Amino acid sequence: MTRLKAFGLGFTALSAACVLANPAFARDQIRIAGSSTVYPFSSYVAEEFGAVTDFSSPVVESTGTGGGFKLFCEGVGEQTTDISNASRQMKKSEFETCQQNGVESITEAKIGFDGIVIGQAVDMEPLALTREQLAMAVLKQVPKNGELVPNAYKRWNEIDSSLPDREIVVYGPPTTSGTRDAFEELVLEEVTQEMDAYDGEKYSEIRTDGVYIPSGENDNLIVQTLERNKDAVGIFGFSFLEENKDRIQASTVDGVEPTRDNISSGDYPVSRSLFFYTKNAHFGVIPGMEEFVELFMSEKMIGDRGALKKIGLIPLPKDERETRREAVMERKQLSASDL
Amino acid sequence: MENREQAVKRRLTRRHRASRWFRRISGLALLLAVAFLMFFFYDIISTGWSAFRQAEIQVPVSYTEEVMEIPAMAVPEAYEELVSRGWIRLLPRQMRENPDLLGTERREWVVASAPVDQYLKGRYATLDDEQRALVDQLQASDQVRLGFNTGFFTHGDSKIPEISGIWAALVGSILVITVTFLISFPIGVMTAIYLHEFADDNWFTQAIEVNINNLAAVPSIIFGLLGLAIFINFFGLPRSSALVGGLTLALMTLPIIIISTRAALAAVPDSIREAALGVGTSKWRMVRDHVLPLSLPGILTGTIIGIAQAMGETAPLLIVGMIAYIPDAPSSFTEATTVLPAQIFTWAGMPERAYTSRTAAGIIVLLAVLLTLNATAVYLRRRFERRW
Repeated sequence: MTRLKAFGLGFTALSAACVLANPAFARDQIRIAGSSTVYPFSSYVAEEFGAVTDFSSPVVESTGTGGGFKLFCEGVGEQTTDISNASRQMKKSEFETCQQNGVESITEAKIGFDGIVIGQAVDMEPLALTREQLAMAVLKQVPKNGELVPNAYKRWNEIDSSLPDREIVVYGPPTTSGTRDAFEELVLEEVTQEMDAYDGEKYSEIRTDGVYIPSGENDNLIVQTLERNKDAVGIFGFSFLEENKDRIQASTVDGVEPTRDNISSGDYPVSRSLFFYTKNAHFGVIPGMEEFVELFMSEKMIGDRGALKKIGLIPLPKDERETRREAVMERKQLSASDL
Repeated sequence: MENREQAVKRRLTRRHRASRWFRRISGLALLLAVAFLMFFFYDIISTGWSAFRQAEIQVPVSYTEEVMEIPAMAVPEAYEELVSRGWIRLLPRQMRENPDLLGTERREWVVASAPVDQYLKGRYATLDDEQRALVDQLQASDQVRLGFNTGFFTHGDSKIPEISGIWAALVGSILVITVTFLISFPIGVMTAIYLHEFADDNWFTQAIEVNINNLAAVPSIIFGLLGLAIFINFFGLPRSSALVGGLTLALMTLPIIIISTRAALAAVPDSIREAALGVGTSKWRMVRDHVLPLSLPGILTGTIIGIAQAMGETAPLLIVGMIAYIPDAPSSFTEATTVLPAQIFTWAGMPERAYTSRTAAGIIVLLAVLLTLNATAVYLRRRFERRW
């Protein structure tokens, strides 16, 4: 029975300690949420910020672009995020939600580019694809004799005789992923709006007959799959190509290889811009916001020899970098007409 | 007569054969389970083991004025990619705190960059030929070495693989589990005591019981949504904090504790209760002085298993914002924090190859913690168990 008493006593002491340790809710950390593509870059800057300044490290959550804006636009105040990461521009609807909830002054910061790579195992014959061929391989409905029919292509050479006689197996991001959105927009919609069969409409529905296999948010899994399944082609972020050059190779798209230069210059067609958005009402309230944003936009981070380049960010051209930096420093207010 | 005896013999052999087969098949099932487990352990340990060793490199460091502006100037250009950026970026700060360093030059052992580490461990590394040659040459003159990776246990998460560690996640896990335990244990045990010792057996208590059993089988992510709605949106507790994470996991652990406590209480023979009541003790003292102490080993075992499950949980924590980049170890229950499984999850998605072994090493640490918890449960049961 003494054993039980001792147990109870210890328990009470622990509860008391727990209650006493919670005096305040005031926040001295910057809170960031948003795109999983921007997440590694944002957290790299957050880490550097925590290490070289006396501020505490910002907290960076990877919620996806849409999820990030949802938190961001909830309102102004300590309970909401200060910065939202995005792998696409803010949508008009999101901007309106923000306005309705009192988040009136927002500044957009463009930090660089990210390439989307079409890759395969390193020991395969190199592939040279066009956006049109890619679209024909993964779309649900394809044109045949001027009519739209369900996609029946099973081998690459059925799409174009110059392509190898290989089964079409595409591992790509799932519908929840920003990479998927970008792929649909940059490849599928670009191609379909030019084709007569689609009546000039943007069409981006992906086939569901097992040829396109959605593979979860983790690009490492796609890379591992490509290594095992030699016929397969994968869609993933540029930084995963850089780190796995011993295992995978990239296909050219429209004859352009995905390299840093080609992505930065805009020659490589499947690349997108990365952003973060600041809630300007939080400047001066949350300690370190100004300094963090300044560090993020500095040459040291997003410049040509910046640290983020080493982990896969593709820098903006020099001129654009400067204008973008100025806009952020002036807290240029985002308006509906910018979107 | 002869025929009947033969028939009996035949049936007997058949029965024996069937029982032999049954034994073999169940043995095979066990063998299969062991094989899977061995494969898992082999895979994790062989991948993760190397993360416990970390490459270090001896470099000439010159503390000049320029270093304050461009920290990388402290080392010769050829070494720039070989030493960790995590060390380089701290140089200006060090010099500010220690002004005597200015103008000095010395050789120091510092953490090497992840590609050097990978190269020394014989894995694919993003070094060019010149850098490889330099590392080979340094290795020949004993200026690079693989040492025990203490940083892995003392640092928080980092986007620079060679200086990332599990300390912050470990502290976070301990805080979260403390909250979970403090909330779920008393409430769970009290509920079970009330249901088993005091409540009447009517349709209402039966409905509660069915619901509790049902809750134990609800997918954990549902509890995350519940935690988000109640603790963050309604009560306004800070997102990503150990408090919210712990409360959410407590919701998940409660049914497990209630069920196992009820089982432990049921295992105490009624003769003990009758004897206590027979000498005139009140019901409350009967429970406190006799039933509860006797069932404590069972209750603790159930609780530890519930807590261990909560410790390995990620899905509900994703919803309350704990899967995030949080490098600093939390110092209070309301500060943003991450936990071990969340750290493993984050590392698994990183592009840098050096994180592969760190992911596995994180799993080894988590397994070790869980094994300790479960071993404690076994020990408690053995030590205090009573048989009637």
